[in-house]
Amino acid sequence: MIYRENGQFKSTYRADLQMLPMLQDRVFMAAFVAFAFLAVPFFASNYLFLSLLIPFLILTLAAIGLNLLVGYCGQISIGHAAFMAVGAYAAYNLVLRVPWLNFLVVLVLAGFIAAAAGMLFGIPSLRIKGLYLAVATLAAQFFTDWLFARVKWFTDYAHSGSVSPAPVELFGWRVDTPVEKYLFLLGVLVVFTLLAKNLTRGHLGRAWMATRDMDVAAEVIGIRPIYAKLTAFGVSAFYCGVAGALWGFVHLGSWEPLAFNLTLSLNLLFMIIIGGMGSILGAYYGAAFIVVLPILLNQVPQWLGVPLSTATASHLEFMIFGALIVLFLILEPHGLARLWAIGKEKLRLWPFPH
Amino acid sequence: MTAPETHLQLQRREVGEVILAVEGVSLAFGGVRALQEVSFDVRSHEVRAIIGPNGAGKSSMLNVINGVYHPQRGRIRFKGRVFSDMDPHEAAVLGIARTFQNIALFKGMTVLDNIMTGRNLRMRAGILAQALRIGPAEREEIRHREHVEHIIDFLELQAYRKTPAGRLPYGLQKRVDLGRALASEPQMLLLDEPMAGMNLEEKQDMCRYILDANDQLGTTIVLIEHDMGVVMDISDRVVVLDYGRKIADGTPDEVRANQAVIEAYLGASH
Amino acid sequence: MTGTLKRHAPILTLGSLLVVGLFAPLALKLSAPGFWLEVLLGGLMAGVLYSLVALGFVLIFKASGVFNFAQGAMVLFAALAVARLSERMPLWAAILIAVAIMVVLAMLIERLVLRPLVNQEGVALLMATLGVTYFLDGFGQTVWGSDIYSIDLGIAREPVMILGEWIQGGILINRDDVAAAVVAVLLVGALALFFQKTATGRALRAVADDHQAAQSIGIPLNRIWVIVWSVAGVVAIVAGVIWGGKLGVQFSISQVALKALPVVILGGFTSIPGAILGGLIIGVGEKMAEVFLGPPLVKMFDLAGGGIENWFAYMLALLFLLVRPEGLFGERHIDRV
Repeated sequence: MIYRENGQFKSTYRADLQMLPMLQDRVFMAAFVAFAFLAVPFFASNYLFLSLLIPFLILTLAAIGLNLLVGYCGQISIGHAAFMAVGAYAAYNLVLRVPWLNFLVVLVLAGFIAAAAGMLFGIPSLRIKGLYLAVATLAAQFFTDWLFARVKWFTDYAHSGSVSPAPVELFGWRVDTPVEKYLFLLGVLVVFTLLAKNLTRGHLGRAWMATRDMDVAAEVIGIRPIYAKLTAFGVSAFYCGVAGALWGFVHLGSWEPLAFNLTLSLNLLFMIIIGGMGSILGAYYGAAFIVVLPILLNQVPQWLGVPLSTATASHLEFMIFGALIVLFLILEPHGLARLWAIGKEKLRLWPFPH
Repeated sequence: MTAPETHLQLQRREVGEVILAVEGVSLAFGGVRALQEVSFDVRSHEVRAIIGPNGAGKSSMLNVINGVYHPQRGRIRFKGRVFSDMDPHEAAVLGIARTFQNIALFKGMTVLDNIMTGRNLRMRAGILAQALRIGPAEREEIRHREHVEHIIDFLELQAYRKTPAGRLPYGLQKRVDLGRALASEPQMLLLDEPMAGMNLEEKQDMCRYILDANDQLGTTIVLIEHDMGVVMDISDRVVVLDYGRKIADGTPDEVRANQAVIEAYLGASH
Repeated sequence: MTGTLKRHAPILTLGSLLVVGLFAPLALKLSAPGFWLEVLLGGLMAGVLYSLVALGFVLIFKASGVFNFAQGAMVLFAALAVARLSERMPLWAAILIAVAIMVVLAMLIERLVLRPLVNQEGVALLMATLGVTYFLDGFGQTVWGSDIYSIDLGIAREPVMILGEWIQGGILINRDDVAAAVVAVLLVGALALFFQKTATGRALRAVADDHQAAQSIGIPLNRIWVIVWSVAGVVAIVAGVIWGGKLGVQFSISQVALKALPVVILGGFTSIPGAILGGLIIGVGEKMAEVFLGPPLVKMFDLAGGGIENWFAYMLALLFLLVRPEGLFGERHIDRV
């Protein structure tokens, strides 16, 4: 009834090519973004910001990055937190050694450095794929783990191996309260989401998807595999690099090398499996899921009057993750985003049966 | 490009100079000899058929022209340049496009996007420009969208534009495959059994599209086909392969009367 | 002649590099060959463990084409089972019950996870078995507890001195390492005999070669898969018991399962000798790199300690992937369009 496209005719290609062709979608999105920026800061508690919203925003950014590589371009990577580490340490060193740089410039530069690392470790994808490529990406993970733990220059010769940068400062605005952090991250995420969406709609996105679906045919049309794959690695590492820098500076405040370990990589992967591969929205869903689940597991038993020890809750979390991964892979490989899309399809017909 | 006419033109374009020459190509996979010393040429604007019993090496021949396989011996001459082996990307740049026997469509993308990938070679906007979707990038996207829409009109695919390619019936997928190949405005189109598995009406439609592409767009066509009726009707010249060797080369009538061909092909149906 | 050399150039280069890497430390430290031998033996012992875990992978991959990433978690689950059960009953009984548990577990995984995903590509299966690993991790800790448990194999703890007469100072070896190596050798021998000499072994090899052909001559596929998974389960128990006896048993995802991946890449996914050789090469390579390559690197780059063994196996695997993806003994894939 309300979600029909009746009467919404497009008379130019430009109109047809826009991101949200349906008016209802545009209204909904505008309302949602307005809500996020204007309403949430007023009634969300500090706890909500710090444990839920801030990690969610940063992890979504990283998940978008990984999704571009895995979901859109079809290259597997189970060590992507390595590039978050590169971004974080790059940002730290830039802020440390070139202190007059604006933080936004630092973020972009850190992203580029991470992108370079991504393209380097993406070179194996030109010769191998699938399982073999997954193992090659593990090499990236373990090597960067070691690199940042052992090469003392990166941590500025800190004894403990951990780093604690000063809070982010932008044009004189100190971003240190939870609300300020939230707004800053929200702004960054919205911009980066738009950029990613545009990329997937352009010829680069099509090159990625062609490489994913049938790389031999893609090559025959003139899409060079090296171009598609390395740009995918580069852009996704860029996103993860920026996310890593934000994770360290804004969310953690201080971190040691283990903050970007294999567990984080696997979490990113799980986010896009559950959320939906090949869909920007899927990154949002997956990140929300991963952030909310542990909190639910802590709170719900308390509400039900059956308190669980933190150890048991953590075991339960592992079990539920594992089971859900398998369930999603079997039942709905395109994740929550597909379920959402199916829901929207049904809504378009409602209240008619077909 | 002007809007194409939808009814068949009766006059055919002039067949021109030799545009492709295959010279002494031999291809082997381990012990299997797919092609042995095959030589023939293709003239510009003509429709050249490659026929032969199963396993004769027809698809391998297309793969060699296209650069997917590299022959152990022999050369390919295209538009005056000589290659001992071709690179698929280079072939695309030079203006060779192809369709595949088992339709290598991008199943996860819509029909529109599939055909748009055919335009990728000509799209120049950089990564940042695309990400920001600024003026030139947007205009380029629209320009190429227009071209693709002409092809969609040409192939009568309007109703299926936004359908994911994987969900279409077989005949339509083959049409999209053709559309994707045409989108790159090729000089030479290699068609690998474009009518396999189609019923009579679909075959007639496909013939019409192929001939229209040849007439109106001037595309040289090299096609592999099993349906003898189609081959005899639409081809200018025919090459016959058997067990990797060329056994006949000439006009459809000449080939039809050729004793060796008859023996190789005993009982070919129309 | 030059053609053959050219074709095998990559593997020859790698082989020479490996040999040089192995013996260079010896050449540099001719004064203390005993030390080199100790490191070598230590590496071989660690390698034995890797080989055993990789063996389980290869067995299942050969028979069903599935890469069971959860093999590592299964090994640990088995080891935990043995450790906790043996607190209340004699070791042999614990092992028997653990074998039974493993077989059931394997069948459940095959039925619930792998069979529904049989049409999807390898990556989906990899991620599914990753999910199974997570599940087993949580489940195992819930059932068996999350402390470190030990398995008492009844072997004396003091190391043994050997070759005292030939090399000054002799070489120290742990008794349980020796026991582990012996058990591993026996197991591999038993498996080899099983595959070559028994009818069931032949049937397994037939299934590994071609499922449909095997079915058409009357080999019951389902029963074969149960057998394969059971054998893999037994291998997992052996690996788990050895590991547990040596290091104590505790869940940690990174360690076990993942190390087997480089091993299988080196050896080739479908080769049992490859799994064994790959495990030994990686075991020795890691130790050698850590002990002999570490200190010079630390000095050269002013590093904070060693830790090379954390990434050595993966970098080696990466090298192999670029140069010879099918591993030492695996089969080449040819993509046909």
